[in-house]
Amino acid sequence: MSGDVPSPLTALDRPNSYIGRAVPRPNLKRLTEGRGEYVSDISLPRMVHVVYVRSPHAHARIVSIDATAAKAAKGVVAVVTGAEIAQVCTPWVGVLSHMVGLKSAPQHPIAVDRACWQGEAVAAVVARTRALAEDAAALVEVEYEPLTPVTDMMTALDPETPVIHESLGDNLAFERNFSGGDPASAFAASDHVIEADFGFGRHTGVTLEPRAMVADFNPGTGRLTAYLGTQAPHMIQNILSIHLAMPESAIRVVCKDVGGSFGIKVHVYADEMATAALSKLLQRPVKFVADRLESFLTDIHARDHRVKGKVGVMADGTITAFEIDDVTGIGPYSVYPRTSAVEANQVVNLTGGPYTCPNYKARARVVFQNKNVTCQYRAVGHPIATAVTEGLVDLAAQKIGMDPVEIRRKNLVRDDAYPCASATGLKFEALSHHAALDKLLAMMDYPRLRAEQAEMRKKGVHRGIGFASFIEITNPGAAFYGVGGARISSQDGAVVRLDAAGAVTVQTSATEQGQGTEAVIAQVVATAVGVPLERVRVISGDTDQTPYGGGTWASRAAGIGGEAAWQAGKALRENVLAVAGAILQAEAGTLDVREGAVVDADTGRERMPLTELGRIVYFRPDTLPTGFQAELMAVRHYVPRGYPFAFTNGVQASYLEVEDGFVKLLGHWVVEDCGTILNPQLVDEQVRGGVVQGLGGALFEHCVYDSEGQLQNASMADYLVPMACEMPDIQVGHVVSPTADSELGAKGAGEAGTAGAPAAVMNAINDALSPFGAVVTDMPFTPDRILGALRAAKAAQGA
Amino acid sequence: MKPAPFAYAKARSVAHAVELLSAHDDARIIAGGQSLVAMLNMRLAAPEILIDINDIPGLSEVSVEDGFLRIGALVRYAQAQRSPLVSTHAPLIARAIPHVAHAAIRSRGTLGGSVAFADPAAEMPACMLALGARIVIAGVDGEREVAIDDFFKGLYETAIGPAEMLVALRLPLHGPSRRVAFGEYARRRGDYAMVGLAATARAQGAGLADVRLAYFSVGLNAVRAQGAEAALEAGDVEGAVAALDGDLDPDGDIHASRDTKMHLAGALLRRVAAELSEAAQ
Repeated sequence: MSGDVPSPLTALDRPNSYIGRAVPRPNLKRLTEGRGEYVSDISLPRMVHVVYVRSPHAHARIVSIDATAAKAAKGVVAVVTGAEIAQVCTPWVGVLSHMVGLKSAPQHPIAVDRACWQGEAVAAVVARTRALAEDAAALVEVEYEPLTPVTDMMTALDPETPVIHESLGDNLAFERNFSGGDPASAFAASDHVIEADFGFGRHTGVTLEPRAMVADFNPGTGRLTAYLGTQAPHMIQNILSIHLAMPESAIRVVCKDVGGSFGIKVHVYADEMATAALSKLLQRPVKFVADRLESFLTDIHARDHRVKGKVGVMADGTITAFEIDDVTGIGPYSVYPRTSAVEANQVVNLTGGPYTCPNYKARARVVFQNKNVTCQYRAVGHPIATAVTEGLVDLAAQKIGMDPVEIRRKNLVRDDAYPCASATGLKFEALSHHAALDKLLAMMDYPRLRAEQAEMRKKGVHRGIGFASFIEITNPGAAFYGVGGARISSQDGAVVRLDAAGAVTVQTSATEQGQGTEAVIAQVVATAVGVPLERVRVISGDTDQTPYGGGTWASRAAGIGGEAAWQAGKALRENVLAVAGAILQAEAGTLDVREGAVVDADTGRERMPLTELGRIVYFRPDTLPTGFQAELMAVRHYVPRGYPFAFTNGVQASYLEVEDGFVKLLGHWVVEDCGTILNPQLVDEQVRGGVVQGLGGALFEHCVYDSEGQLQNASMADYLVPMACEMPDIQVGHVVSPTADSELGAKGAGEAGTAGAPAAVMNAINDALSPFGAVVTDMPFTPDRILGALRAAKAAQGA
Repeated sequence: MKPAPFAYAKARSVAHAVELLSAHDDARIIAGGQSLVAMLNMRLAAPEILIDINDIPGLSEVSVEDGFLRIGALVRYAQAQRSPLVSTHAPLIARAIPHVAHAAIRSRGTLGGSVAFADPAAEMPACMLALGARIVIAGVDGEREVAIDDFFKGLYETAIGPAEMLVALRLPLHGPSRRVAFGEYARRRGDYAMVGLAATARAQGAGLADVRLAYFSVGLNAVRAQGAEAALEAGDVEGAVAALDGDLDPDGDIHASRDTKMHLAGALLRRVAAELSEAAQ
């Protein structure tokens, strides 16, 4: 799809630019040869392994813990309870001040007197090996007094439902009400008002590499080194410092290779805090690697929303008003420090976002329950807001007999209307809904697909086409967390250094999770400085080594970390040219750096290779003019200031067949606008990976709990991740509207796929089912649910 | 997810394996290990000793003997899939194997292990039932054969005694008038089936005789749908679908409700009935 990338000449179009090129990632060979270094590969002298004894009950008082047998078992170093850990690690409360009214209860690394979900740790067993620790864990005798679990989020607020945390008074963590325009009058004046209830199952991230930590407290230095697969090393440094009562400078967080994150690894986990505390307690390295069962029980879950939706429409297709009422269950605690209220808040913010409709009413309630916690996972809130919005828009179109494309054309914000704001006050700098839709229709050959659909329907084959337009929040500034009091940097930095041999080293605060951050940073720096890509080496993920910054989340690594790297690279080039000017007795402005050499800017004639410049600077500075000091290391930081977020937009389409309750995906198309495309291959694969995770939520993935709060499918056999055999070809195209907030103009691309895919599939299934009068709105769309909807429709028609 | 400690013994022969089984109250045989190892790691099973039969000579052969296709206990799915004897004499097995899990699992997993383990959602027990196989079992007193209709005894329970092991599957040879068909519904390719059906019949004029319909993932074991078999023999496909209400009594699970299983069982039967009526296979 490289043909999609337009090439107007900008500041980025330096000779031999790597920007906009699909260059191979520098870590590719290392990782594909099995030479990556993940946390589970780390083995330190005197290292011991911790296994957590976890509550089998969703809600239970811990009456007693008898560790006598476990402590005597082979290889056991210690058995530690919640009360003992509480002596070295303080509890936390996951709230943010700008989420007005958000409340939660103190959470300990290991439950102290009460377990609040199935899987919460109640004791730690430390032993020489993982296997010995598991053997001993089976010997820890915990006496529980089971308490009534709160599992149904729809009744969590009922007066007869027990309150999980007495001190909070009720099970309501957060509520937000919004009204914009005049929704009541708009609904009253509408030709039609359509209502529907949407359900979004709980699912989780299923990272290829599970969460893992090696915590190494060194009593000699008083420092703790935490090797952790995390998206935000500096955030973790701060949190460990607060709760272990150690200065930040005494904590080093090292993040080597990470086998996927998707938002799972940006939170504070009780068992990781306990691992750090154990290392401090035992004064030796402690390793924790979650096994897959623990991952399902303790990695954050996401979604679990039920949304009542309503849309008003005129006979001509004008959408008059949206209304939603969202309930979401977040488990027993709001997750620290980003909180579990963000997803519901995003649903309120984003619903109706692509459309001009100014009348909007919303309520969101976030409730506690005795299940695993939920928090931010890829495309936070977006798939929900998009599915509700796009589901309602399609139902409105169906009601008035309008093609789903036409109703979108009529109501999507015009491409020349920017800058503008949404009903909820989201500020849009420049979006391209109509251009994206035009491009999508051409890519999928919409008229041909409609003709094919009609032809197949005659043969009794039921195919459907579904669309989803969406907006996506990327490049967040301080508005997400900083303003709420969380010490989570929204700024990123880069240090770029030219060595004597002409090599360039970049230290970046952006982090690599497998998505290709290192590649993008290297491309940007190679272009900015003017050196071949292979001369650039990127260092990331080490709080002792890299600039202080945010890391990787909310689609920010390329847009924010990339811009910092660009500015630092440019600054280094200026410094190089100042040296070159002094050596060559030329005006620095007449020179440039290209392909690793200083050249005449006009002619490109080589004047001096950087290796020679480096030799002079480092080994013969005596030959430079008196008073001239070369600076071959440059530092720059960046945070977007013009807009709180860089919104992107896109549109997706799904083509599928429904038979016997099964959905066969035949094709999927995406056009998205992430501004400047730094590496088209990485962007396309981000989009494809995102689509697959969106399709997972729509069709397969579901953390199924029973009414007692027991997770029914905590294994890879029963929790269905989307697999290649069921995935369609995913065609990706682009429209490019760079943000003027940065010189690179790059916005985020990590979540667009996940944001739109579930809505597109839902609409396509409902298009396929339309001859039967059946509608599905409860994800995941399983054969049970599709066959159930068909039976219900048949019964309704028979009645 | 580390197994509880267990002892390990490598059996040199069937007799040695049976001797080891007799000597321990809580022993498990390991062949391909594709179900057992996962159970061990999740500590759903914690046997005292594992008896490894992988090195026993003579159990990895596919052969034709006495008018039967004999499949040794150590024959792997991948081996059976490549075997011309299997495709010629047991085309039902050849059709079913691609539905069994994924390539890596088929490389280690054995047909015999699947039959001995008797997972109600697995393909091989149902294929054996449809084919009318005979299961060869060895014990301290030598070998005995059990007809498949007498083999399955309940959830993960079979006619194999505590000190016995399965040594071979014996299948009647495919012939010119034999018809076979196989189908299953799974949420994803390679998953355990929500409902599956292995079927055999004999073509008789334009119709079918000796129909055997073996459903799996609808009960504690693979199960025959005898009402539907009779209806198919009478040439009544829709009558056969209707008869499933009496033949099958599935419980719902997290992947499919009872209603869904019954719907899919009917859909499979229509597909399989059409396949059985195809020209010579």
